[in-house]
Parts: sequence; structure tokens; C-alpha cells
Amino acid sequence: MVAATARRPNPELAAAARSDRRAELLLGALAFGAFALIAFMVVTVVLKAWPSFSYNGLSWFGSGGNVETELRVMREGTPLPGHGLAYFRAWPLIWGTVITTVVAVVLALVISTLAAVFLTEFAPARVRRIIEPVVRLLAGVPSVIYGLIGILAIAPWINEHLISNSRKQSVIYVVQLNGANLTTASLILTVMILPIMIALCANALAAVPVSWREGSAALGVNRWRTIWRVSLRTAWPAIAAATVLATARALGEAVMLAMVAGGTAFAANPLDGLTFFFEPVRPLAAMIFQESEGLTIATLSHTIYAMAAVLLVSATMLSFAGWAAKQPMKRYGVRA
Amino acid sequence: MASVATSPQPVPPQALPAPRERVSSWPLIDRICYWLCWVTGIGLCVIAVGIVLYMFVKGIGYLRPELFVKSPSASLRQTQSGGFLDPIIGTLIVTAIGTAVAAPTGIALGVWLSEYRRPRWLARVVGSSIEILAGVPSIVLALFGLLIVSQGFLSFLSQGSPQGSLGESFLDAGLFMALLAMPLIVAATYEALEQVPNRVREASYALGKTRITTIRRVLLPSIRPSMAGGVVLGMGRIIGDTAIVTVLLGLTLKNESVGSTPIIGTLRGTGSTLTSYVYYNSPAGEGNSHEKAYAAAFVLLMIVLLLNAIVTRITRGSEPGARSWWSRFSIQVRSIAGPSS
Repeated sequence: MVAATARRPNPELAAAARSDRRAELLLGALAFGAFALIAFMVVTVVLKAWPSFSYNGLSWFGSGGNVETELRVMREGTPLPGHGLAYFRAWPLIWGTVITTVVAVVLALVISTLAAVFLTEFAPARVRRIIEPVVRLLAGVPSVIYGLIGILAIAPWINEHLISNSRKQSVIYVVQLNGANLTTASLILTVMILPIMIALCANALAAVPVSWREGSAALGVNRWRTIWRVSLRTAWPAIAAATVLATARALGEAVMLAMVAGGTAFAANPLDGLTFFFEPVRPLAAMIFQESEGLTIATLSHTIYAMAAVLLVSATMLSFAGWAAKQPMKRYGVRA
Repeated sequence: MASVATSPQPVPPQALPAPRERVSSWPLIDRICYWLCWVTGIGLCVIAVGIVLYMFVKGIGYLRPELFVKSPSASLRQTQSGGFLDPIIGTLIVTAIGTAVAAPTGIALGVWLSEYRRPRWLARVVGSSIEILAGVPSIVLALFGLLIVSQGFLSFLSQGSPQGSLGESFLDAGLFMALLAMPLIVAATYEALEQVPNRVREASYALGKTRITTIRRVLLPSIRPSMAGGVVLGMGRIIGDTAIVTVLLGLTLKNESVGSTPIIGTLRGTGSTLTSYVYYNSPAGEGNSHEKAYAAAFVLLMIVLLLNAIVTRITRGSEPGARSWWSRFSIQVRSIAGPSS
């Protein structure tokens, strides 16, 4: 009798197990939905962009012609002689994206490594308590505010104090120089990606086992050499991953760059010497942001989606690269 | 007393003062690096203080009480272009919709990734797609959103397309803002759940509780501060975003409602938020009145500072001892490293 009731499933327990199963299915379906949505996003954006890529082929990424003219042609619907309506060469935009991003990321890498070392090793507790909210604050400031400060305070200052009139005159027939340029854009971009990098680098440095550093100190190595040879070398993969993540952020920054990068699709030329740093650029994301009104025009919208597809694919590859960069640290058994 | 003093007892090693390493004894290059570290640390503070002070000085100078109660209107005259009542309301609406969608989904995804993660391939794939989503530029999200909402079957979300508008409304903008905030919430939930020791779960199972009951009654209440931190951080990201607003909200200065139903009409209508208002009034936008831009940016910065203070408040001391501030912060910043890590 007793054995029989024990073997019969308790209805309450069975109901609980059923609801448990239901919850798991529901959450699993939601997770699958999230994955499906993101896959769908990549597919739809690339599909929508396809007409522009298929018309221009690989030379979509190349140079030739003026981007501004090509876009105006699409807006007005009268093709240039010898070219179709969808003719587009994105090189100035891609170059603008690459150069602003690279300058900003390299600057940010140096600064954030130093700042992270400072935070984890040298800063007295009191100073650290001040810097914590400061980094948080820098991370939270909306990009439009950075843009506003850039365009109303930094750009005019650079225009007045750093660009001489003779420098402006020397390139006046090619491009007009003003305060909104590569330097302004890259500097503000650096400040914008710094907080992420500092947080991730500090996290990685803090994850280096204390015993390793103590071992180095016990051998009579001074603190800086210990940091350089032990901590930074161990944390290096995580710092690389942070750099990759910050690169993705910098690539996608639209609003601030639309405000301070100069708004001229000009492929700034490093051979111009110092003038190079004062030449305007127009990164892809900023271009998309400023041209978003033209999305109702079919050809123009294909071109804009093509730029978006380039950004999307780069961001996706960067997030895989970030994952791959972090792998060596796991081998040491350090979790950061 | 004297016998103790005279006895040749060896001093225990701990009693010796630890030899302090002096920076001045280091080689020159090491000292330079040391001071560079200090300079960057202080420099960061200077930059942040500079930004806040600049916005304070400029913002308070141009801030008038009537700006908060007047609707904006397109006028070149400073006195007639109104205030930013509508953008403030717009920001509130978009943030509310975005958070309302992102918080439950984000928490549910975080729970699934940490507690269920079956089948394993799905967990791996979902983890990396959330990571990808965290890295997708918001302007691309906005364009994707536009593709979706301009489909006919979703036209109930917006006013449809009367004069070539592609389907812009508060509902649309809010929904895609949710995608922006979701990775932060997923990451916060996931990382917090990973920190909960397994014995807590086992204790609950031993009491005969099912998995879902354990999650709802034991795990989620214990990580509430981290979840709240993630949600507030997501709200900050929504409030600060301009790209999605530009593309999906239509950038009309006033919040234009559609139809006669009061609330639904506004939600289906177009409008603006503080960020788009700042952009509109900056030299890069059409309005170009920097006084209004400064004032609105100041209000925006105040909201962000407030949210920051809330995050600090919520997450302080929530995870005793083990994790330091930067790990907590970087958890919120970075996306999760996939469930396989």
C-alpha cells in the first residue's frame, strides 16, 4: 500500500515539473528568438545593400569620383555621363573611418594602459575613489554632448590657434580647412572610448594572480618592472580584446563624428605632412547619419544600406576577434 | 622587566618594518613611466571635471524656466523658437518603452544563458549573438529597424506612410532602443548569476523546489541590485542615443500625435528627444541656436549624472568583498564572453 502510493506520481510534483519544463522551453524559445533576430538583421541589411554592391562590384570599396557628387546624383535621379545611377566609390568614407578609428584607438590604448596601471597599482585609495566615478561619468556622457563641446569649443579653438592662414591658403583649391577636422574628431573619439578600455584593462590587471607579482618582487625586481614584465604580459590578451571592443565602438560612432569630423568626404592624405591632421574627413557612420533623410529614394537607400552593411560586418568580425584575442589568458587560468 | 630586555630573544620577523620601496631608487625610465601613470590618472579627472564644468557654466547661463514648459517651434528668432518640453517628454516616452521591453527580455536571456544553457550549441550561438548585438553601431540598428517597421503588417505601430515617411513613431523608436539596452542587461544578469555560489541552488533543490521556482524565489531576488544596475545603465544608453531617434522618430520638433486617441495617438506619432533636440540646435543641425543646445545638453547631462549616481548607489556593496569596482563596471560595459567562458 505504502509502496504503491510512493510509486504513483504525486500530482503536485508532476505539475511543478511540467511548469518547470514549460519555463525552460519558453526561455529557450526567447533565446532562439534573440539569435534569429540578430541573424535576420545581418541578412536583411546585406540583402537590402546588395543592389549597390552588385552594380559596383569590388570597386565599391575603391576610390574614384567624388562621393558628394555621386550621392547628389542619386538624390536627383540624373546619372553622370558614362556611369549608371548607382555608381558609387566609397574609399574616402572608408579611409575616413579607418584613420579616425586608428588614431583614436592607438591613443586610447596608451592612455588606458597607463591609467589602468595607475588605478590598480599606484593610486592611493583616496585618489582611486575619485577616479572611479570619473571614469563612470566619462562612459555615460551621451555622444551628442561630446559633439556639442567639440563643435562649439574645441573646433573653434583649433581653427584659431593651430591652423595658420598660410596653411589654409596652401590647400584652398582642394579643400577648405577649419576646426572640424581629423584631429578634433580623433581626440574626442579617444576620450569617448577611454572609459571602456580603462575598465577592461584595470579588470584584467586586477585578475593577475598576486603570487606571480610577489614572486617577481621577491627576486628583487622593482614595481614598475614587475608590472611591465609580469602583469602587463599576463593581461596582454585581455588588453587586446579591450582594444578590439573599443575599435568596434569607434567604428560605430555616428553623431559625434557627424558634428566634428568636417562633413566633407575627403580622403585626407598622409603625404600632406602636418596639414594632414587638419584635413576634414567623413566616416561611414557619420555619413549614414547625415544622409538618413534620403532613405526614401531607392538607389540612395541601397547605397546607405551598403555602408551600413560594411559597418555591421566589421563590427561582427571585431566581436569575434575580441573573443579570439582573449583565449590565451584562459590558458593561464586567469579569468578576466 | 629588565631580564626580558636583556634576554637575547630574536625579534620575530613580522615585527621588522617592511622595507619600503622608494620610487627615487628606480632607473630613470621606470620613474618616467611611474610619473606618466600619475599624469594620465590626474589628466582623466581634469578632462571629466572640464566637461562637467563647461556644461554647467554654459548650460546654467542659458537655462530659463520657461524652456521647460514651452514646446519648440521652428523659428530663427531665439525668443520664438520655444523651449524643450516636447523633447523631454519624448525622452521619457522612448526610455519608458525601451526599458519596458528590454528589462524583462534581457533578464530572461541572462537567466537562460546562466541557468539552462541547453542545448549547448544554442547557448554558444545565443551568447555570441548577444555579444555581436552589443557591438552593432546604433545607426545600423536604426536602419535595420526602419527596414522592419516599414513593412506593411507593422504599420499599426506608426502613422503609416502618408507623405513618404517610412513608418516613424515613438513605438518604433522605443522597440529598437530596447535592442540597444538589452546586451547590457543580459550581461549584468548573467555575470551576477555566475557569481551566486552553487550551494545556494543546491540548497533550494534539496528543499524540493524546481528550477524555475529556485530562479524566481532564490536567485533573482539575490541579484536584484546587479539587475537594477544593468537596467539603469541600459536606460542611460537609451537616453544618450541620437541615431535611432533620428531615423525612427521622424525628427519633428513637436510630438505630433496621430488620430484622436490621446495616448496611443502620441505613441504612434513622431516627435523628438533631448538628444535630437541638441543635435538640431547645434551648428551641425538646422536650428543652429547654440544657447538652446547648451541648455538642453545641460538638462541631458544632469539626467545622465543622476542615473550614474543611481547605478553607483544600487551596486555599491551588493557583491560583498570579492569583486572590485572595475570588475563590476566592466561587467556592465562589456558584453558577456559567451557561456563557454
